[in-house]
Amino acid sequence: MRTWKFGDNIDTDAIIPGRYLVIYDPRTLASHAFEGTRNEFARDVCEGDIIVAGRNFGCGSSREHAPLALSGAGVRIIVARSFARIFYRNAINVGLLPLVCNDADKISDGSELVVNTKDGYIESGGKRYDVEPVPAFLQEIVDADGLVEYARNLSEVKTCTGSQS
Amino acid sequence: MAATLVEKIFSRRCGHPVRAGDVIMAPVDTAMIHDITGPLAVQKFREMGGTRVFDPEKVVLLFDHQIPADSLPAAENHVFLRKFAAEQNIHNLDIKEGICHQVVMERGRAGPGEIVVGADSHTCMYGAAGAFSTGIGSTDMGFVLKFGALYFRVPMTIRVEVNGAFSPRVGPKDLILAIAGEIRADGANYQALEFAGSTMEGMDMAGRMTCCNMAVEMGAKAGIVPPDGITWEYLRARRAVNPFSLTSDPDARFTSLHQFDAGHLSPKVALPHNVDLVVDVAKVAGTKIDQVFIGSCTNGRFEDLREAAEVLGNRSFHDSVRVLVIPASRIEYLKALRAGLIEQFVAAGALVEAPCCGPCMGGAFGLLAPGEVSLSTSNRNFRGRQGSAESMVYLCSPATAAASAVRGEITDPREV
Repeated sequence: MRTWKFGDNIDTDAIIPGRYLVIYDPRTLASHAFEGTRNEFARDVCEGDIIVAGRNFGCGSSREHAPLALSGAGVRIIVARSFARIFYRNAINVGLLPLVCNDADKISDGSELVVNTKDGYIESGGKRYDVEPVPAFLQEIVDADGLVEYARNLSEVKTCTGSQS
Repeated sequence: MAATLVEKIFSRRCGHPVRAGDVIMAPVDTAMIHDITGPLAVQKFREMGGTRVFDPEKVVLLFDHQIPADSLPAAENHVFLRKFAAEQNIHNLDIKEGICHQVVMERGRAGPGEIVVGADSHTCMYGAAGAFSTGIGSTDMGFVLKFGALYFRVPMTIRVEVNGAFSPRVGPKDLILAIAGEIRADGANYQALEFAGSTMEGMDMAGRMTCCNMAVEMGAKAGIVPPDGITWEYLRARRAVNPFSLTSDPDARFTSLHQFDAGHLSPKVALPHNVDLVVDVAKVAGTKIDQVFIGSCTNGRFEDLREAAEVLGNRSFHDSVRVLVIPASRIEYLKALRAGLIEQFVAAGALVEAPCCGPCMGGAFGLLAPGEVSLSTSNRNFRGRQGSAESMVYLCSPATAAASAVRGEITDPREV
């Protein structure tokens, strides 16, 4: 397990270029992850590796191919100073765990990282850094391993209008 | 208690007051899917146990990213969605109408006070019609197709006030680039951007769409212009309307207020590779360009093509530049055709393509080779967005695109 360190504003075109959006299989998508911008990622990434990034990770398009490509590469956790809104939600929906950590910049590329989601911290180089809890309404989806599993057993939802749909 | 426009939309729709920060399961009035994100949304809908969509009348389905099918996988995705539309009694607009966002607007499928979601990030454009509209991923869309509702956290709002009149050859695209340069790429993350002030009140729907379209480039969940006479008139031509007032209260709480004077704006460009790297065109004037793209959901409307054509006049495009003109929809194409603009572009040396996302999609056609430079009226210039990761994309207005295409280098449109 190692960390892959990225900077600020990593966009979804960098994570998976537009020409591969006809593909939906996570493993095939993974073979093109960061193609053109960080080619060694797809070649060297291993199951359980963690992405660490700066601000606004996953900005841009709503393409779910982006979190799928990372999940297909074996990534389960992404730590960043902040996430773009749509990516954050997509990641949780497909079973990736995006963790917001104000100190993400202090973690170096290739380092080992211990993640303790129960107590809300990560540990690197002997130092502990707090991570923010996932918002309560999304934690249920995290616990279900994604929105599909969460929704599979629901026959209806109660909306804010008070009606069932 | 004072409320923002966005809080009022959610409150109206829920039937009781809600506030920024509240998490609610809200009903969806329109859901849009296209050829790229649609197949995955359908797959997720089925994996969730979905058999019938919540309401086929509320689903807009069309193909715009890879049309006509540019590869076998694209053709197969189209067939997959055609079958789904037939099975679910969803009216399939197929490849015929144009770019999803333009089509939703021109068919009146988004209106004041409505909640609209689309499996595409630029869904935020329908705020030009006074709707709360936002881009979502395919799995969230699968959920919407099954239940007709989705979890929303009611967002805070950043208010942008624009006053004054644009000077000649300066317009909405220059304004929204200037705003992106100030608010930056993540400055509106999780929030709504409300565009108000006398400039917005006087702006036509095409310009409002350009502004709302790019709200997501600042991370915003939605862009919105308070609906007024212009909004209702636009809608009245497309559906039955019953106008009502919908504005933020004067004492509503905003996260921040940004003020712009339209009269002081110069033509702007966003430099590679970020939308918020915005400078005056003059600063990079003379930069050689290989391709110019006039089109997209941001700037492919008749008003944009007319602006480009006015700058072009009876000249030809520069010999060293490939010019792609792609109207945003069939209807916009016809308007341009009847006004003689298409003939003018073709005579000047442009390739005019059928309505679609074109090079902005970065996979269909019009791709850039390593080292090539493109000037584009679209909304994103991320590294590799239009082809090679070693290519460069600058974003600009239709006027700047046309002036630069005439000269073969980035040019201030006031100089040609």
